[in-house]
Amino acid sequence: MSMATATIQPVERENYLNKHYGVGSWLFTTDHKRIALLYLISITFFFFIGGLFALLIRLELLTPAGDLVQADTYNKLFTMHGQVMVFFFLIPSIPAVLGNFLVPMMIGAKDLAFPRINLLSWYLYIIAGLMMVHCMLTGGVDTGWTFYTPFSTAFSNTKVIEAGLAIFVSGFSSILTGLNFVVTIHRMRAPGMTWSRLPLFIWAHYATSIIQILGTPVIAITLVLVVAERALHLGIFDPKLGGDPLLFQHLFWFYSHPAVYIMILPSMGVVTEIIACFSRKRIFGYSFVAFSSIAIAVFGFLVWAHHMFVAGISVYAALVFSILSYAVAVPSAVKVFNWTATLYKGSIHYDAPMLYAFGFVGLFTMGGLTGLFLAALGIDVHVTDTYFVIAHFHYIMVGGALMGYLGGMHFWWPKISGRLYPEGWARLAALIVFLGFNLTFFPQFILGYLGMPRRYFQYPQEFQVLNVLSTAGATVLGVGYLLPMVYFLWSMRYGKPAPDNPWNAAGLEWMTSSPPTTFNFETEPVVTWEAYNYDELDRAPKEEVKVAG
Amino acid sequence: MFDNFPLWPARASTAAGNVDALFIFLLIVSGMMTLLIFVAIMYFAARYRHRRGVLAEQIEGSTPLELTWSVIPFFVFMVIFAWGAVVYFKSRTPPRDSTEVYVVAKQWMWKLEHAEGQREINELHVPVGRDVKLIMTSQDVIHSFFVPAFRMKQDVLPGRYTVAWFRAIKPGTYHLFCAEYCGTQHSGMIGSIVVMEPAQFEAWMSGGTSGPLSATGEKIFAELGCATCHRSDTQGRGPNLQGVFGKPVQLADGRTVTADENYIRESILDPGAKIVNGFKPVMPTFQGLVSEEQLNALVAYVKSVSQPVATPMKTAATADQNNDKGSGSQVQ
Repeated sequence: MSMATATIQPVERENYLNKHYGVGSWLFTTDHKRIALLYLISITFFFFIGGLFALLIRLELLTPAGDLVQADTYNKLFTMHGQVMVFFFLIPSIPAVLGNFLVPMMIGAKDLAFPRINLLSWYLYIIAGLMMVHCMLTGGVDTGWTFYTPFSTAFSNTKVIEAGLAIFVSGFSSILTGLNFVVTIHRMRAPGMTWSRLPLFIWAHYATSIIQILGTPVIAITLVLVVAERALHLGIFDPKLGGDPLLFQHLFWFYSHPAVYIMILPSMGVVTEIIACFSRKRIFGYSFVAFSSIAIAVFGFLVWAHHMFVAGISVYAALVFSILSYAVAVPSAVKVFNWTATLYKGSIHYDAPMLYAFGFVGLFTMGGLTGLFLAALGIDVHVTDTYFVIAHFHYIMVGGALMGYLGGMHFWWPKISGRLYPEGWARLAALIVFLGFNLTFFPQFILGYLGMPRRYFQYPQEFQVLNVLSTAGATVLGVGYLLPMVYFLWSMRYGKPAPDNPWNAAGLEWMTSSPPTTFNFETEPVVTWEAYNYDELDRAPKEEVKVAG
Repeated sequence: MFDNFPLWPARASTAAGNVDALFIFLLIVSGMMTLLIFVAIMYFAARYRHRRGVLAEQIEGSTPLELTWSVIPFFVFMVIFAWGAVVYFKSRTPPRDSTEVYVVAKQWMWKLEHAEGQREINELHVPVGRDVKLIMTSQDVIHSFFVPAFRMKQDVLPGRYTVAWFRAIKPGTYHLFCAEYCGTQHSGMIGSIVVMEPAQFEAWMSGGTSGPLSATGEKIFAELGCATCHRSDTQGRGPNLQGVFGKPVQLADGRTVTADENYIRESILDPGAKIVNGFKPVMPTFQGLVSEEQLNALVAYVKSVSQPVATPMKTAATADQNNDKGSGSQVQ
């Protein structure tokens, strides 16, 4: 990858990056692609803050004694790690960056339905982010990202209200993005782009948007109630004021369980695109994969109390939520089987995005299967609130969602930036992330079954060996995350210019130039082919299906 | 007594074996599923890797296959569900004649009181082979009573009782953890469960106490003047409490509730919430006048004047004798 010999820079075609210059052209843009980049920069900032907290947590847990930081500091670290990673990184990650960039292009539209609302949602995110940063800098919050009452409303003496309001505001950003996607997907598909021709990435984002629109208001209301009880002593959750602490948990998880699907569904969409491209095949069972996304979104709303099996709910309620949790596992399993079947008789390439997709399937499978343990009532009693749960949801949210996000970034980076990244480094990073991830989180399953509770600042001696392994893994994982950051930045200056369709991939986004022009397509595309027409692409390459660019 | 690098937790209660059996079943099932998927992916990835000139074979999908891999997992899931439900149901249903221990959690300490009156902090002594029911409440935030060796966990809430039970099967000292995050010293809110042989336990129990919990409750009952209305005949302004506990109670609004620990607790703290049919809502609240410990004693007293009676914390050897004596013997 020697770029030093590159001679004269070719004159760049006009595209969305070079059409306008200056800070104003970015801060007042309504171009979905530029807004996607604004989000990319913002969420990357929060990812590294959240990652720094994670690093400090893992360092503290290197020894059984609480010796690196104070107990209160530790409690703030895991609280803010959770809040930052969930609300300021994972939830916006794929939808707001890749979804923003790709949804209009994939369906053949010039922009989202409401470009100004799209910009507004970024500003809301930034306002929320600044509130969060202010909260962190002026003392932080120690309630756990779950804000359980009455601890959060009557006992914590940290900045609960500020953190709650920051998340409240970020919720509106999420709702507006979801709303924009739903309207765009319904109203702005190019002629011929029927529902059954939509890339499965779009189906996944459609399902995600439904959850964002219907679920997020509930967390917003819940946080307002927390603030009201804390500030005005309205008795809602605190039994001393006549409230019910379990009511909080019901409301919180009514959003926060579906929120897991906000994080994982888009990632599933990304992985579906990657697997189709690098197997050179139509996705096996297109309609089953599409409807499994919708099924996950719908069933996802009916399983919240599986977080509460030992919280004091009735045995019969627990039975209902357990059986519904198994129901939501079926569509997830269906997806895994369909991805696997897609590989059958494919023509499989091992480019970096595909390595991330393989990693995703492996880690998501393990995360999903350990979910079966937690949904089993008898086992949940023992492992809930232990490291088993921590390991499980990191397999889903980091092993799954983040792996998919990185895979997507590698897949579409040539389109986004117009540059190629060094493939060798990218493959190495994928491998490091996969190994580092497993070393970090697999020992935590064992720790959990042994009984190490979560959110422990100090722990009994016998848990140390596994904690040391986990911390060692976290440092490897950290390197794996820094690498792409480095070579993506490097590629922007030194990377080879990307062709319009470097992977010879199907989909309208690959038929425009790299990077695309401001309005994506010079002429409105007319779709006459089915999704994933790798058949046609591989038999009659390039020109014939070119639309614009 | 703890090894430095254990891979499996101690199995010290009757529930532990049940949970472990299901866990091992799940390990096998999910291990097989993982293997199936990993082997398939690796085999396909190697067998169908890109070769120049060889095109992928397009396959639309297969409804029979989709149904197969939806329905088979679904039935496997239902087996897991049913098994898990059985284990859970057992762990949530304390046997009738369990001995009772009252637990009050607070930031960051466990206070435990045996029915006989022995009090302990961050430590609970129990004999092997007895069913022990924990009646738990919190003075402040939510805590969770977690004993990994017993595979037992139950959140402890302010403002109500939650219940858990176990039967220890192996003498030893086991961790007691708080599993629900409760503030600064959450990870310091730990203690131990000391499981003893019956004879040793008997010796430990013979240490001095201020009398059984129900007797303390009786004293408080008298001091607070409860007996003026709750008389042991039918003439009182309040319901006669003899024999009430564990029985259905007809309310003025037509509902019927069971008089359990939470009902007694609520009737003391919020007497207007459930008025017994035929009585007027004249009782004042005792919210703020009685501590959690006093409440526990009152509940223990109300139980002690009812049938069937809770067996006091005696070892298996003396338990039968005790039952024969009936309820009267508890109140001294």
